[in-house]
Amino acid sequence: MPTSSLPAPLRGLTKQLNRTITQALGLTEAVTLRRTDPASVDQPLTAGPVLVIGSGPDADAVAHQLHEWHLDVRRNLAAPTQQRWGAVVVVLTDLEAPGQEAERVLALGGTLRELARSARVVTISRAVADGDAPALAAARGGVAGLVRSLGKELRQGATANGIELGADVAVTDPATIGTLRFLLSARSAFVDGQLLPVTAAAQAPADWTRPLTGTVAVVTGAARGIGAETVRVLARDGAHVLGVDVPAAGESLAAVMNEVGGVALQLDITAPDAGARILERVARGPFQGRLDVLVHNAGILRDKLLANMKPEQWESVIAVNLAAQVAITTAVAQAHPGLVQISLASTSGIAGNRGQTNYGFSKSGVIGATQAWAPVLAAGGGRANAVAPGFIETEMTASIPLAQREISRRVSSLGQGGKPVDVAEAVAFLASPQAGGINGAVLRVCGQNLVGR
Amino acid sequence: MTSTPETPSPAVDTGSAARPSGTAVVVGGNRIPFAKAGGHYAGASNLDMLTAVLDGLVARLGLAGETIGEVRAGAVLNHSKDFNLAREAVLGTALAPTTSAVTIQRACATSIEAAWDLANKITLGQISSGIAGGADSTSDAPIVVSERLRGILLKLNRARSVPDRLKLVGQLRPADLAPVAPNVNEPRTGLSMGEHQALTNLRWQVTREAQDAIALASHTHLAQAWEEGLFDDLVTPFRGLTRDAALRADTTAEALAKLRTVFGNDHPDPTMTAGNSTPLSDGAAAVLLASPQWAAEHGLPALARVVDAEAAAVDFVHGEEGLLMGGAYAVPRLLARQGLALEDIDLVEIHEAFAGVVAATTAAWADETFAAEKLGLPALGTLDPARLNVAGSSLAAGHPFAATGARIVATLATLLAGRKAALVAEGGSPDTPVRGLISVCAAGGQAVAMLLEA
Repeated sequence: MPTSSLPAPLRGLTKQLNRTITQALGLTEAVTLRRTDPASVDQPLTAGPVLVIGSGPDADAVAHQLHEWHLDVRRNLAAPTQQRWGAVVVVLTDLEAPGQEAERVLALGGTLRELARSARVVTISRAVADGDAPALAAARGGVAGLVRSLGKELRQGATANGIELGADVAVTDPATIGTLRFLLSARSAFVDGQLLPVTAAAQAPADWTRPLTGTVAVVTGAARGIGAETVRVLARDGAHVLGVDVPAAGESLAAVMNEVGGVALQLDITAPDAGARILERVARGPFQGRLDVLVHNAGILRDKLLANMKPEQWESVIAVNLAAQVAITTAVAQAHPGLVQISLASTSGIAGNRGQTNYGFSKSGVIGATQAWAPVLAAGGGRANAVAPGFIETEMTASIPLAQREISRRVSSLGQGGKPVDVAEAVAFLASPQAGGINGAVLRVCGQNLVGR
Repeated sequence: MTSTPETPSPAVDTGSAARPSGTAVVVGGNRIPFAKAGGHYAGASNLDMLTAVLDGLVARLGLAGETIGEVRAGAVLNHSKDFNLAREAVLGTALAPTTSAVTIQRACATSIEAAWDLANKITLGQISSGIAGGADSTSDAPIVVSERLRGILLKLNRARSVPDRLKLVGQLRPADLAPVAPNVNEPRTGLSMGEHQALTNLRWQVTREAQDAIALASHTHLAQAWEEGLFDDLVTPFRGLTRDAALRADTTAEALAKLRTVFGNDHPDPTMTAGNSTPLSDGAAAVLLASPQWAAEHGLPALARVVDAEAAAVDFVHGEEGLLMGGAYAVPRLLARQGLALEDIDLVEIHEAFAGVVAATTAAWADETFAAEKLGLPALGTLDPARLNVAGSSLAAGHPFAATGARIVATLATLLAGRKAALVAEGGSPDTPVRGLISVCAAGGQAVAMLLEA
């Protein structure tokens, strides 16, 4: 709980209370997470030396790539290091039967007490594919359970995530190493217990620290919260941004867009001509008709138990959070078939949440639409993915009653709520060329919240 | 006289090829919703509002970090602390700090005057872009102290010793401390604008019904324009206000007819009410003009071309003409110079300082005797009301003096561009001009008229 708002005598008390609850429930003590320094992006990339566990060509290739990024890479656990591990990468792509993982996993176990704060554990394995022999599928399928369980064991802001490669994707493909880089870096501070499926090849960016250079991105709901932070991170990564928000939010929209040298478009996204107006705006102005990335961030809450729900409360949430997205992409994708779309879903759309049947419908619908758009946009060279935030500290969540808010923070493996920038980083990653191998996926940014998958 | 060999031309390229085409176009505009005096913006200064309005324009057009040729803006109610208002505002925005700025004033015609100046500079090729603007706060009006208090304060500032200072303070009387109420009465007549307009209404026999009808149309049209989203691209909210505070979307002829009169009550049958007079308002507006090349290079639209403008001043001091009748002179002279008749104009914007101004000005345009005697020109004829103030005007929007011109220029240019696009979409020729005319009256018996063409 942020204690700065409390009077001084209460702060110590709250801290003690927090500690007691944490210990009693076996929860994680919250630490300040390592996040990207905008003045020095990806420098340093990890919090300390990186250990690569595994042998064979895939492990060699991974170690070689990490060397290229000027990381302090070790292959030998026994070699003495002065620092705690910034990251441990476990290469498991060659598993063919259960039991083959044991040596590597146990080696990983030996490093866990020597992890730096906000360290990363990343597995690279092959996804279970149709037609896999039972033993192969068992070995491959097991990795997900390993990662999710390990995420719950790690402390001090450390996270565990995995990359699941499709049959045609090599470890050396930019799609794999680009995803690995995201998971190793401070950009993925609040991504925990996730398995990212990489199913196709991708392009490495010319500059890993500014992968969106030269691209044009449209962000809805850009005036505040996650949307405003997404605008900032996309701009930091080199994108030229058109920020969209309702006319009533125009003042803060203008401030955000001027901050990043972007353009503000005051527009109600539920208007029938919203897609046309976005196209018209990118056709002129500094964008010169380019549109590469569309971030559907705008969303509203009208929480009510279904028994008490008024038609307006249901209809407005579906109109803004879901129907407008579908209509806008339909209009935009015709003119820009290579569109890269990222939609904001929610853990509420995955696990459900009492009093949010309307919101849950809309966010679950976003996931459905994402999976439907994925092959359609891929045909034009684009892709569609969703980001599902868990509990993020925003104006919206600040309105949740205190006790409920505190519970929501504590029930994640990182023991805290995320920041808007954490979601923005995930959006920016999915927008970047190195994420080109990820399509139709839902990336949770929830600190491994206990609810849902 | 000795002949000298021709010297080569200097490095500066003075050839016409280097100059823009000699045209200035309106590119885009921004204003904040206009507030009522003492309302939402009571705590905002002219500098705050002008800065906000420039920043909103920059965000809308993607101009952060750009050096604009010139920002030309001003206020009517000026604080002495707002020295260098336009430049200080620029320094507070996302524009490049290398953007030069001039502070100007021509009463209620301040920002249309600024737009005219910039259009001329652009046409001459001296600058290729410029922002005209104005801000006025009647809430944050400067307060003047009594002459005696001012004299003592100035002496106090110069006094060297404590006894000298005490002596000066001792001279103060309670009455000296009362501030002199700010007013916008004409200094030479002592009459308020409303009282002047009441006289004009009498001369032109402007009825209460005619004025109330103009006021009703202003509210109806403005409300409709908001509903249609016209202002999504023309207004940026400020301090929580998202729509013009004076706008009464649900007002009716009956409601307006019930209001008591506030001006001209010394005359028989007074007609002027708070409903058909503009409210005191706070607000700011800005409009970007540029050469067509500059607009194209920035991928921005040329909404409408500034064709010409004309100013007029009338002798209201000796009762020769009504204070706010300048538009009755400026507009016919402008149209005569351009060889145009009233029916060549698609949209007309007459600033409604009072509904009576619109009624009296249009009556004068149609009056053969007035035209012959005062102008030496044929009368313009009757204005079709369907072409007048089609998106509402000052009565409903409010009238922060210096902001009004920029509001009208940006709105009219947007309307003209829309009409032109519709015309072409319906198969009309892109060479068919769509013309708009603006008339803004101002204190001191002045007015500025401007002709735009899409």
